[in-house]
Amino acid sequence: MTTTIAAKRGARRRLDSTAIVYLALIGVIIVGALLVSTVGRDLFSPGSIRDILTGMSVLGLVAIGQTLVILVGSLDLSVPYVISLSSLIAATTMAGDAANIPLAVALTLLVAALIGLANGLIVTGLKVNGFIATLGVGLIVKGYLDTNYQGSAGSVPAAFQYIGATGIGPVPISTIIMLALAMAVFLLLRRTRTGHHLYAVGGSATVSRLSGLHAGRPRVIAHVLCSVTAALAGLLLASRLGVGSPTVGSQGGYDLLSIAAVVLGGTLLAGGRGSIWGTIGGVAIFAVIDSVMSVMQVNPFLKDVVRGLVIVAAVAVYTSHVSRKRRARFAPTGTDAPATARNTAVTGESR
Amino acid sequence: MSPVLEARGLAKSFFGVRVLHGVSLTLEAGSVHGLVGENGAGKSTFMKILAGVYDRDEGEVLLDGKPVDFAHPVQAMSAGVATVFQEFNLLPDRSVAENVFLGREPRRGLLVDTRGMVRRTGELLAELGIDFIDPSARVSNLSVAEQQIVEITKALSFEAKVISMDEPTAALADNEVELLYGIIRRLQQRGVAILYVSHRLREIFDLCDTITVLKDGALVSSVPAAELDAAELVRRMVGRSIETFFPAPLEGTSRGAVRLAVRGGGNGYVTDVDLELHAGEIVGIAGLQGSGRTELAEAIFGAVPFTRGTIHVDGEGLRMTSPRRAVRAGLALITEDRKAQGLALGQSVLDNALLVIRGVFPTRTRRARDRAPGVLSSLEVSFRGLDQEVEVLSGGNQQKVVLAKWLATEPGVVILDEPTRGIDVGAKVAVYTLMRELARSGVALLMISSELPEVIGMSDRILVMHDGRISAELEPGSSEESVLAAATGTVGGLLS
Amino acid sequence: MSAERITATGMPARARGLALRLISPGGAVFLLLVVLIAGIIALNPGFAEPGQFMRFIQRVAPIAIVAIGQYFVIVSGEFDLSMGSVITAQVVIAGNLIGQDEGMSIPVLLLMIVVGSVIGLVNGLLTTLLRVPSFIVTLGTMLAVLGGVLFWTGGAATGNPADGFRQIGRGGFSNVPLLDYVPYSVIILAVLVAAAVWFSRRPFGRAIVSVGDNPVTARYAGIRVWWVKTAAFMISSLSATVAGVLLVGYAGVHPSVGRGYEFIAITAVVLGGVVLGGGRGWVVAAVAGAFALEALFTLLNFADVSSTMRDGIQGAIIIAAVAYSAVSFGSRPRRGPQTSPVPGKESADSASAASTRSGPTTGTTHISNGG
Repeated sequence: MTTTIAAKRGARRRLDSTAIVYLALIGVIIVGALLVSTVGRDLFSPGSIRDILTGMSVLGLVAIGQTLVILVGSLDLSVPYVISLSSLIAATTMAGDAANIPLAVALTLLVAALIGLANGLIVTGLKVNGFIATLGVGLIVKGYLDTNYQGSAGSVPAAFQYIGATGIGPVPISTIIMLALAMAVFLLLRRTRTGHHLYAVGGSATVSRLSGLHAGRPRVIAHVLCSVTAALAGLLLASRLGVGSPTVGSQGGYDLLSIAAVVLGGTLLAGGRGSIWGTIGGVAIFAVIDSVMSVMQVNPFLKDVVRGLVIVAAVAVYTSHVSRKRRARFAPTGTDAPATARNTAVTGESR
Repeated sequence: MSPVLEARGLAKSFFGVRVLHGVSLTLEAGSVHGLVGENGAGKSTFMKILAGVYDRDEGEVLLDGKPVDFAHPVQAMSAGVATVFQEFNLLPDRSVAENVFLGREPRRGLLVDTRGMVRRTGELLAELGIDFIDPSARVSNLSVAEQQIVEITKALSFEAKVISMDEPTAALADNEVELLYGIIRRLQQRGVAILYVSHRLREIFDLCDTITVLKDGALVSSVPAAELDAAELVRRMVGRSIETFFPAPLEGTSRGAVRLAVRGGGNGYVTDVDLELHAGEIVGIAGLQGSGRTELAEAIFGAVPFTRGTIHVDGEGLRMTSPRRAVRAGLALITEDRKAQGLALGQSVLDNALLVIRGVFPTRTRRARDRAPGVLSSLEVSFRGLDQEVEVLSGGNQQKVVLAKWLATEPGVVILDEPTRGIDVGAKVAVYTLMRELARSGVALLMISSELPEVIGMSDRILVMHDGRISAELEPGSSEESVLAAATGTVGGLLS
Repeated sequence: MSAERITATGMPARARGLALRLISPGGAVFLLLVVLIAGIIALNPGFAEPGQFMRFIQRVAPIAIVAIGQYFVIVSGEFDLSMGSVITAQVVIAGNLIGQDEGMSIPVLLLMIVVGSVIGLVNGLLTTLLRVPSFIVTLGTMLAVLGGVLFWTGGAATGNPADGFRQIGRGGFSNVPLLDYVPYSVIILAVLVAAAVWFSRRPFGRAIVSVGDNPVTARYAGIRVWWVKTAAFMISSLSATVAGVLLVGYAGVHPSVGRGYEFIAITAVVLGGVVLGGGRGWVVAAVAGAFALEALFTLLNFADVSSTMRDGIQGAIIIAAVAYSAVSFGSRPRRGPQTSPVPGKESADSASAASTRSGPTTGTTHISNGG
């Protein structure tokens, strides 16, 4: 009996979704390298690698935060405006003086955290879903930005610009920061109660509630952290630009792109399942595709077409992979169809 | 030996309807106590009161001699009263260990002690004699039996003194049932008291030391298992005066031509289905939960189609690949769960009544809309207006709206799945009367029901399903005992 | 309509019914609209003059039209985020293909209709057949359509379409008795609103709402859920197309002409009391929502509030509107996006053909024959 059940389990084991993402990434890299070589360039040259990693940093920071929010079953559409606002607060507070850097960073992060808190409280307290709540808050921030800033403002001292510009070999410092953050969040999700509860609430608020968990806390925490990572992205952009800009966030389309990267990375849009490393993989895929298209001098508008197609295709593959079937009594070919508790218990002969 | 858990005089009503009348029960440590009764007898209500899901209206519960009052399932679990429901409360995307310790993750310093959690889960599994479930495995990768083990492990992690199990073998294969038996014996050795709720009499007799029988929400008897045999148990479960409110077949009803014929039908859930429905007859389908009755209905209706076999409607062979095809062919399906599958709750009475017409026969909309008030009043639906939201109607009235919806299509074959579940007596009579009228007008009806009096009272023929097959055909007017016996796999008083 | 009435239908009952309707999210928007218009007139009495009022409606027209389209998609339980891109794309197509050649107007218009239909078809099929959440699908089409069109025109979204074509969006009938000046777009809007109301009463229009309310029930009732949803997406893309035609004349041709329209549409729809998740709401309320939104901006304009605050206010409104809905519908546990961001999740989740509501039913007190 032991062997039968174990054997059945082996047959049922599917590829982990994070593994799929990295396989896809490898595929994309190979295809990209080939394409790039046809125009006489090398995808693996230090300059090229630096470009790719640079492209990953900002989106990666945002996507890390977005992962948390999506995992808990919500969404954050306010990130572009938080990014812009953060770049402005940072640049104007620093005002060209390196001594102001700590204060500027602290202030930026604080403001962002408050915005995230607002998001979280609207979701849990007013029972408004994440899409609308963060859309609304985002628009409010946008209104503030449009009213008070007509263009770039502030000035980032050279010391801070250093962060955005330099690297260790071909690896930019910003990428290292992003990866470090990814690791920290990964540990949060894996090793802390908050992380566990985040997954639980995102997976099923009902089951969580039956175990005594309140959905509110993980949701608020996720939203706060998401806004903070968006602020980090804003800081990074300020470092690169040398100024703060009220449009840098929305120009980059960071809201929808971060969601796309998260979904591409295997996190369920409905929440409850996913990993940070999958998201990083998704970000990497986008960065490689972008870089290849730049090198091949593909029309920037076609880039968007490709992005759109990639997003839809990737999610289509995932949802077909994930569809859960009711457990069959008479399996057609002798192997059991995978069953999940949820569907089995609710379908068919119920009371 | 003093009992671990004692329930005294538990009573409960829902919306003014009494579902539990003063039921008392005693659970001893290390024993298995079976709780049996038909659908609607009150078993699950009783269990849910113990589990802290429902509040009791009357009575008290004593745990180790001290009165307890659970307002929330977590309180019950923490006190040592655990319940394994039919619908598992598991997070499919999390691991076994994470599910077992959900909300109570052990910590080492600030971090969760994952290793410790996994180890402890492994220890708990070992106590149950299980060595083939990996505590780090994701729950969605496990079989249903394994998931159930996770639920039991969760209970054990609360140092449960009492574990209630609701139809634990309903979704298990035979070898998995053996597995469960082993676990239960282990739990007994640990001194856990087990409340075992099930329809499957063989398991009741295999496992239980004491058997309590409920009927219509009241206690019939609570005796040691040795004092009963299967036949006597069944008699106690169903013995009642059979209500005579089932309308007899109407004058002028005759069995006509075959309207629906299924030959060799089968898919992943049912197999070897051979079935004929004649105009003017009501064929009843009895069987236990999990025997495949609803799946049969869904297959005939094209919702979860047959993968082999043929279907003929009024002589014409059809590939029933979608409900739309079935509806066009003149079929109707009154589903089991009217709220989730039969009604659009946010829509009005009229919108629901016209749902199929608008969706499949839009040209008949005007005529159907004109007739709708008449149909609804002939069914005696009580509502404030055609634009009233269907959600606020009572169950009986909701079911009548569902019937009105299908009547509008003038179907030739009507399948009803638990048509009178959760509705009051008056509405039930209306439904029965309607069924007889339809039969007289030449419709063929297939009725799935878990209420034995209903199956026997209304059917011209009775089919019994067991394990995905039609296992028996019984005469009209068969005794309830013989129906239940066929449904539980008991033959001639002996458990097969 | 001869319905059985148990209670007496005296005035008190009717008045109470009406009052309840007005407070409900679907009704409150009309109240809001009246209040706002009154406010505008108070600040600027000239607004009540037919000429100015007509121009107001002319401004609202594109917004109201996309609100109609988005209404059908949302009431069917989905989202259409591609509207803005469709508008821009159509505007660019018109600008580039018509050029100064008025004779091209009709053929290009037909092409635009075809393009709009195809985009809607793609949105619908990807959502229903591939079971990708509509949020993602329309996000993808949003990127692809805009990118594709801009690529085709080399990014130059210039092009001055012939005057005749532009007149649709900017011209009108002058010297009309009583009303003085009636813009064409107002007439187009009126026609479309009437058509939308008519359509929403037709069997198919009702089917769209039922699908949003409960796709499982709809399927069991023989409705082809995939086709109903796809049709809703096509209506949405076509409404964006019409809005694009109007905007060509009204706003001119440039690459950001349609930017953000999908969110404006969603705001209008939500303001009109339509519930995200589907199954509830009236199309006229969605139109009223568009009017109320624009009225609010006009009011703020006259009150000398900076136009840069527009978005901020829109944000606050959208939150308030949904919170109000959540509170008034609070008693009914919706299968909607209370915990998940996208209603499309349900279509991704319920891959099983006959799945019912997911999640354990323990903890609820619904009465059943269980036992």
